[in-house]
Amino acid sequence: MGRPTEPFFWTLFSAGGMLAALVLPAVCFVLWIAAPLGWLATPDRAGWLALLASPLARFTLLALVALALFHWAHRFRYTLYDGLQLHHLYGLIATVCYGGATAVTLVAAYLLLRLG
Amino acid sequence: MNRRRFHPRWFRRRTPIFWWLEKGVYVHFIVRELTSLGVAYAALLLVVQVGVLGAGDAAHARFTALLASPWAVAWHALLLATLVFHTLTWLHLAPKALVVKLGGRRVPNAAILAGHYLGWLAASALVVLVLVRS
Repeated sequence: MGRPTEPFFWTLFSAGGMLAALVLPAVCFVLWIAAPLGWLATPDRAGWLALLASPLARFTLLALVALALFHWAHRFRYTLYDGLQLHHLYGLIATVCYGGATAVTLVAAYLLLRLG
Repeated sequence: MNRRRFHPRWFRRRTPIFWWLEKGVYVHFIVRELTSLGVAYAALLLVVQVGVLGAGDAAHARFTALLASPWAVAWHALLLATLVFHTLTWLHLAPKALVVKLGGRRVPNAAILAGHYLGWLAASALVVLVLVRS
């Protein structure tokens, strides 16, 4: 590609893809299927707040969210270019994808800090 | 200047938008790429849950009830299928991307793949350990 930012975004894509592959199916199963159906018990609100009181837990969650989003940004960008033949919108699509991932990461950081 | 007017037209065959429906492997490729939407959705939902957690007891109770509705569970079952497809396709790329040598010999692809599956198992166990209360 000859674009100097490409290896940087590729690294984020790759790290996010690996992290998402390893943990997201289990997270999805526990939090959004097994717990709502009553198969498994997850912490109540006080329990979550206690868990997220540790800086390490907050940082881990933020890293997971950020890398997963940058994984999406990179992969979805090329899906739009190639899948929908939108090569002429190169700049716009890149801005929306990476900009969106950055914005949501910042919101996540703010919300995690706000937990007090 | 007439240069623009008389410039020869580029000969390019236009690729139709749904070119990827022509073959099974193309569909597999596009579905694999679209699993990134599931990954982004999961990240967004985690962010929303952090927001709800900070918004107080009432908001948290309401959101927990929303997650327990049959539609939400069905939707997230679809999400789980998407995420598992992401994991399988991602792990199966690993032997193609990694050449590991041990004592001058190349570690066979099956061993690399098995290592990644073990990693998936360990990571999933860790997630359950952190998130589940008895």
